Amino acid sequence: MPTPAKPTPAMPTPAKPTPAMPIWEVFIRSRNGLAHKHVGSLHAADAEMALQAARDVYTRRGEGLSIWVVPSAAIIASDPADRDSLFAPTADKIYRHPTFYEVPDEVGHM
Amino acid sequence: MATTSIAVTETPLVLYALRRADDALILGHRLSEWTGHAPVLEEELALANIGLDLIGQARALYSYAAECEAAGHDEDGFAYLRDAPQYRNLLLVEQPNGDFAHTMARQLIYSAFADPYWRAMTGSADATLAAVAAKSEKESAYHLRHAAEWMIRLGDGTAESHRRAQAAVDALWPFSGELFEADRSEQALVASGVAIDPATLRAEWNNTLDRVLREAALSRPEDGWMQSGGRSGRHSERLGHLLAEMQHLQRTYPGAIW
Repeated sequence: MPTPAKPTPAMPTPAKPTPAMPIWEVFIRSRNGLAHKHVGSLHAADAEMALQAARDVYTRRGEGLSIWVVPSAAIIASDPADRDSLFAPTADKIYRHPTFYEVPDEVGHM
Repeated sequence: MATTSIAVTETPLVLYALRRADDALILGHRLSEWTGHAPVLEEELALANIGLDLIGQARALYSYAAECEAAGHDEDGFAYLRDAPQYRNLLLVEQPNGDFAHTMARQLIYSAFADPYWRAMTGSADATLAAVAAKSEKESAYHLRHAAEWMIRLGDGTAESHRRAQAAVDALWPFSGELFEADRSEQALVASGVAIDPATLRAEWNNTLDRVLREAALSRPEDGWMQSGGRSGRHSERLGHLLAEMQHLQRTYPGAIW
């Protein structure tokens, strides 16, 4: 069985997770057109309080336009023991990187 | 106290700005007292954020009071160099933090008023007050949401949290009447469109409190005898203790800066 994702300790979490205050993962979208990005985790009693806490903990410096909160328990993580079988086979497939094309100068930054 | 207090010439507009500024400063200071003591880190940041919003509102209003008074005072002078009887804040906001339920009940009672108050004040005939209101309205909307959601969870939580939440609402209720006071000095500003009559906000405040208390499974106390006096400088001893701590540095080392 896969183990749940360990929350990224972006900030020290204050209390042990209890049923009353489970852990939530926080994702912030900082600008239109960008994807939501994982920024850390927090404890909250429920979804509404998790959203408010995410706003207070992670958007104090104008970082966000949109917040997602997800119960940590809902995240299915890959098993570190599967790392070789999942990821090693890509190591020798360098042709998947688009580094063999010559980009004309006029195209500029891609 | 090593320094003397300033003497403020309270024209109706100066007094009006000072009253709202003092509400915001004293409540903001109370919330700052939670720093290092909040139940969880998330809430510690939330309380500090709200406190800083309020102190920001106070600064804007003190600056405007200074401009209107034109006596050479500034925001620091108003905050640090007035004694308790010169403070014009509501008695509600100087009440001590108590337990977390008391802090949230106080915040709910205040924010349920401040939110519609600032929204209405965006239409003030006074351009500066309207601008302060436009900024404060967004802040107070969040303060209300935060306090309301907490009260619902405390009231409808465990037997212990329910008991504490009800005790907090009961204890603070007699301080709610002062929110809706407007003396003669304010009525003149209401007539000229600078201020709004707080009595016109009572229905919305009632609706908010009824909705939150019902959802929180808390009972609404009777509107009995109400505390009053903060607007004219008659405060509880609580404010004196708060000011002693807040003003100590500037009173002892006048003009000290970071």
